[in-house]
Amino acid sequence: MFDKILIANRGEIACRVMATAQRLGVATVAVYSDADAHAKHVRMADEAVRIGPADAANSYLNIAAIIAAAQATGAQAIHPGYGFLSENPDFVTAIESAGLTFIGPSASAIKAMGLKDTAKSRMEQAGVPVVPGYHGPAQDPDTLAAEAETIGYPVLIKARAGGGGKGMRLVEDPAHFSDALAAAQREGQASFGDPACLIEKYITQPRHIEIQVFGDRHGNIVHLFERDCSLQRRHQKVIEEAPAPDMPQAVRDAMGQAAVNAAKAIGYTGAGTVEFIVDGSGPLRTDGFWFMEMNTRLQVEHPVSEAITGLDFVELQLRVAAGEALPVTQQDLSINGWAMEARIYAEDAANSFLPATGTLHHLSWPRAVAFEQGSLRIDSAVDQGDAVTSHYDPMIAKVIVHAKTRAAAAARLASALDACEIAGCVTNTPFLSRLVRHAGFRDGAVDTGLIARDLQSLTSDMQRSEAPSTLAALAALGLLPSADSDPWAHLQGFRTWGQPTHALTLEEAGEARQHHVTLLGHDTFTVNGNDLRLQPAKAGWIVETQGTATQANVITHGREITVFYRGTTRRFHHPDPLALTDVSHGDADVIVAPMPGLVSTLTCAAGDHITKDAPLLIVEAMKMEHSLRAPRDGIVAEVLCAQGDQVADGQTLIRLEARDD
Amino acid sequence: MAVLTSNISPTSEAFKANEAAHHDALNTIRNAADRAMAGGGDAARTRHKDRGKLLPRDRIAALLDPGAPFLEIGLFGAHGMYDNASPSAGIIAGVGRVQGRDVMILCNDATVKGGTYFPMTVKKHLRAQDIAEQNNLPCIYLVDSGGANLPNQDEVFPDRDHFGRIFFNQARMSAKGIAQIAVVMGSCTAGGAYVPAMSDVTIIVKEQGTIFLAGPPLVQAATGEIVTAEDLGGGDVHTRLSGVADYLAEDDAHALALARDAVRNLGAARSAHIDLQPPEDPAYDPAEILGVVPADLKTPYDIREVIARLVDGSRFDEFKALYGTTLVCGFAHVMGMPVGIIANNGVLFSESALKGAHFVQLCSQRKIPLVFLQNITGFMVGQQYEAGGIAKDGAKLVTAVATTSVPKITMLVGGSFGAGNYGMCGRAYDPRFLWTWPNSRIGVMGGEQAAGVLATVKRTALERQGKSWSAKEEATFKQPTIDMFTEQSHPLYASARLWDDGIIDPRTSRDVLALSLRASLNTPIEDTRFGVFRM
Repeated sequence: MFDKILIANRGEIACRVMATAQRLGVATVAVYSDADAHAKHVRMADEAVRIGPADAANSYLNIAAIIAAAQATGAQAIHPGYGFLSENPDFVTAIESAGLTFIGPSASAIKAMGLKDTAKSRMEQAGVPVVPGYHGPAQDPDTLAAEAETIGYPVLIKARAGGGGKGMRLVEDPAHFSDALAAAQREGQASFGDPACLIEKYITQPRHIEIQVFGDRHGNIVHLFERDCSLQRRHQKVIEEAPAPDMPQAVRDAMGQAAVNAAKAIGYTGAGTVEFIVDGSGPLRTDGFWFMEMNTRLQVEHPVSEAITGLDFVELQLRVAAGEALPVTQQDLSINGWAMEARIYAEDAANSFLPATGTLHHLSWPRAVAFEQGSLRIDSAVDQGDAVTSHYDPMIAKVIVHAKTRAAAAARLASALDACEIAGCVTNTPFLSRLVRHAGFRDGAVDTGLIARDLQSLTSDMQRSEAPSTLAALAALGLLPSADSDPWAHLQGFRTWGQPTHALTLEEAGEARQHHVTLLGHDTFTVNGNDLRLQPAKAGWIVETQGTATQANVITHGREITVFYRGTTRRFHHPDPLALTDVSHGDADVIVAPMPGLVSTLTCAAGDHITKDAPLLIVEAMKMEHSLRAPRDGIVAEVLCAQGDQVADGQTLIRLEARDD
Repeated sequence: MAVLTSNISPTSEAFKANEAAHHDALNTIRNAADRAMAGGGDAARTRHKDRGKLLPRDRIAALLDPGAPFLEIGLFGAHGMYDNASPSAGIIAGVGRVQGRDVMILCNDATVKGGTYFPMTVKKHLRAQDIAEQNNLPCIYLVDSGGANLPNQDEVFPDRDHFGRIFFNQARMSAKGIAQIAVVMGSCTAGGAYVPAMSDVTIIVKEQGTIFLAGPPLVQAATGEIVTAEDLGGGDVHTRLSGVADYLAEDDAHALALARDAVRNLGAARSAHIDLQPPEDPAYDPAEILGVVPADLKTPYDIREVIARLVDGSRFDEFKALYGTTLVCGFAHVMGMPVGIIANNGVLFSESALKGAHFVQLCSQRKIPLVFLQNITGFMVGQQYEAGGIAKDGAKLVTAVATTSVPKITMLVGGSFGAGNYGMCGRAYDPRFLWTWPNSRIGVMGGEQAAGVLATVKRTALERQGKSWSAKEEATFKQPTIDMFTEQSHPLYASARLWDDGIIDPRTSRDVLALSLRASLNTPIEDTRFGVFRM
C-alpha cells in the first residue's frame, strides 16, 4: 500500500477519496486552485499544494503542475477522482513517466474507450451487444442519412468525442436529419475539437443501466452488479439506485457477463463502469440491452453500489493500484438491500435549473437513523460557511440511503432530503424531494424521459404555505423566542402596556409583501390575522396554528432569511429601508472657501450648467491646491470671486440656482 | 435552596374573587394607558404623519434592536392634570436596547401641545436622566419640542429641578462618560436648543429638524429680521455652517439608523461583576399573583405567595425566618440574577427593622441587589414600642437602606404608608426603579387614620370649649379628608405626579424586575459606607 497519495481533484470526490485513505493510514495531498484555497478538500488533506488560478484549464487540468506537486510532496500515486483529468490518457502517461502510479486503468484502456466509435467496434468484436448504428469514418451528410435509413428512425446523432449530452441530437423525422447533423457536428467541433459524428438507433423508452466492474493486475475482473441511472435531466443523472428495479436475475447475469467481457477485451484494471442502454418498454430481456460506453474511472454514483455490496471502492482502487489482487471473487459478491443516491446541486430548478452561487451560511444534514448505522450517508463538498462559486461544477453534496427494500430506501431518501437545510444559495433539494415522491419513481417505472415529461409539476412553485412567511416575519422582527439568559434578550417585544402591531415588508422571489405582527405572549403571536404559537423543536420550531402543528427551521443571515419547512426551502429578503436613501451631503446652494487663499483657477461662469463633482475653481493655500467641485447638478447663478482674488475662510465664492423641488 | 410552597388553590372561590377585583383595577389602568399612548389624538397624529414624520412610538421601535424590550417609565405622567392636555406628559421615556447596549430613550411627542414642556414633562425628563445617570445608560434624545410651555413657565423654568437641570444633567453625564446623543426630528427651540448643543453627538433631519435659541417670530419681534425656520436653524445650517449638529439625515428612518450607528461606536460598556445562574421559571405561574393577593388591602396575606411567583424555581433562602417575622428577608434569583428580597408581612416592629438592617448589611457586603416588596401600614405605635426604641430601630433600617451602594428596586404591592415607606426604600431613597401595582395605595397614613387624627384634635378643642360633637357631625367632618386621601393615594394620582416609574400589570412583575435589575447592572457596584447606626 502507498504511504502517501495525491488527489488530483476537488469537491466531494476529493474528500471522499481522502476519507478512505485516512482510514487506511495513507497520507493525503490535496491540490487546489486559487478559488479553492480554503475549500473543504484542502482543509481535510494532510498537505495541500496550489496548482494554479481559478480556471480549471490552468489548475485542475494542469498536468505538469499536478505531477510537480506530487513530486514535491513525495506522493507515490495520484487519484484522479472523476471529471477533470480522470479519463485523460496523456495524464496517465505523464504520471507513469514521472515514476508515479496512476490510481486507475492503463492509458491504453482509457484510449480504447475514449472514442465512442472505435470503442463500439472493439465491443462488437468482443461479443458485447451494441446499439445498431453507423460508426464508420464517412461524415458526408448523404452517406450518414442513408445509414440512418438503414438503422431505422428514430435515430440519435452523437459527436464521436462527445459526452455529457453535448453534441447529441435526436431525429425522429428524416426531413430534419441534415440540420440536426450539422448542429451536432458544430457542437462536436466547438466542445471537443472534433466534428465527426456517429449514428445510433434511438430506443424510445430507454433505461440507463450500468454495471460496475473492477479489474486487478492479476487478470481478475469482477462485476459488482448494476445501477439504474434512468432518472436524468438532459442526459445528466439526477437520482441513481442499485439494484435496478424489476431486474430479472438472468438479465443481471447477462449484463454482468457482458460488462466483464468488455473490460477483459481492453485489459481493464481498477474501477470502471460499463453503461448500457436498455429497452424499458416492457420487462427487461437478455437481448434487450446494448453497450453505450465505458467510463474508465470511479463514478459519481459509486456509493449506491458500495452500499449494496458492503465494499469500499476507493480502498479497492488503492489496493489494485498498489498491485494487490482483488480481495473478492464473483462468487463472494451478493446484493444486500437497496440503495439510492440524490445529487444536491446549487441550481434553481424553478428557473430552468440555472446554476446558483452563494455562501452557505447555514448547512445542516439529516442525522442517521439510530437503528441502522450507515443507512444514511452524505458525501459533501462543503462545510457551513463555504462558498459555491461559478468556477466549477455546482454540486454541493450527494445524499445516499440504504435500506432493506426499494420502498424503504425511497421513503428514507425523501425524508433525508426534506431534512437537508442549506441556506445562502438556491438548491435543487425541493425538486429532488418531489422527484422521489413521484408516482412513477415510487413504482419503479423509471426511464430517461420521466423528468422531462413531468418537469412542470416537478419544478413549478411550491404551494405557498403561510407558516414559512410567518416565521420569516417573526425572525425579521427579532420576535422568535430566545433562550438567552439576559432578560433584555429573552423578553422579546416586552412592553409594560399596549403591544404595538409591527408592520414589515418581506420580499420573496422579488415579490414584496406586507406582514402585520402582534406579540400576544412570549411565544404567541397574531400574524396577518392568524394566531399562532411557537414551541422550540430539535432544530427550529413547531408552529401551531389553526389546529395544526408543523416543524420548521428559520435561519437569519443579515437581511436574508431562509425557512426550511416540510422539505421546501423558502428564501426571504428583509429590505433595508435605508438602502434606497441617497445619502448625499453635498447639496448646498453655495460653494464657500474652505480656508483663506488665492483663487488660482476659475473654470466656470454664471449660467453654466454643471454636473456633480465637476471642478469649478481652485483655491491655492498653504502651498496646496484645493479643487472645489460642484456639490450637485445645477446651474451657476453667480460667481462671487475672480481669478487672482485673495479670499477669506468661509467666503462664498459661487452660488448655484436654487433647486425647484 | 428551599422551594416555597403555595397554600392557595387557583380553583378556590377566594382566588377567583381576588382575580376579578384585580381585573377591574387593571381595566382602569389599561384605559388610562391607552389614553396616554394615544398622545395628542387622531387629528394631531395625522398632521404629524402628513409631514413625513414617524409617530413617536414608531421612532422608538425603529431605534430599538429588533425585538428589544422597552421598559417604559412615567407612562401615566400628568394623568388627570392640566385638563388632560398633556397625555403621558408629552414625552415618552424608557430603557431599551440599541446595538446590544442598554440605553435611556427620551422622545418628545410633538402631537401633544407641540411637545412643549409642562411641569410634569420636566419632571419626567429629569427622572429619566436620573435613571440614566444611576444606571450608566447612554441617553438618546429624540427631540421634537417647542420648549417650555409658556403658560406654565413659573413651574418649568426657574427652580433647581426645572428646565435648566436637563442641561446640567447632560453635562454631568457626559463628564462621567455616559454618552449623550440627540436626534433632532422637529423643533428644538430656545432652551430646547441646548439638548442637541449639549449632546456628544447630534443628528438632525434635513428640512424637518430645527435648532435655534429664538424662533422666527421672536427674531422678528426682537430685531425685525424676517427669516424662515429652515434658514435660521435647519439641518443644512447646522451641519454645514454652525456645527451645532454633526450628521445630516434624509428623514426619520435615516436619522434613527445614524443614531444606532452612533451607539455602536460608543466603545465598551462598563458593568457590575455579578455571578449569574441559568434562569429558571418559578414553580408557580406569575399570572396567579392576581388570585393570591387579596383585593382588599386590609386583608393580610403571606407575602411568600408573591415571592414564590417572582423568583427562579420559587427558591428562597429565607434569612432569620423565626425572628422579626413581619419582615420577610431572603436570597433568591430573578432570571438568573441574585437578589436580596425584603418584603413586608405585617406591621414593622423593632425586631423586623433590626433584621431588615442586618440583611441590607449582608447584601451590601456581598454586592447583591435588593428588591423591596412594599405592603406596609407603618411602624408599630404605642407606649411600649416607643419605650422599646422603635424610632431608633426604624432609623437603623432607614440608614442602611439610604446608604447602601447596591442597586435597589422597589415594588409597591400593597400599602405604602408612613415611615414604612422610608424603611422600605420609597421614592426618597433613590431606588433605581420604583414600580407599583394597580391595587397599591400610598400616603402619609390611611385616610381613615388621617381623618381620625383631625377629628380627635377637633373634638378635644370642642370639648375644651364645653361643646358637644355628635357622631354624625364628626362623620361629616371626616368625610372630605377621607375622600381626599382616597383620591390622592390612588396609584394613578401617584403615577401622574411621577412618585413612581409606572404602574405595571402584576403578572409582568417578574419580567419588569428582571429588566430593571439587568439595567441596574450597567453600573459597577461600589463598596458601601454606612452612616452611624443609632444603637
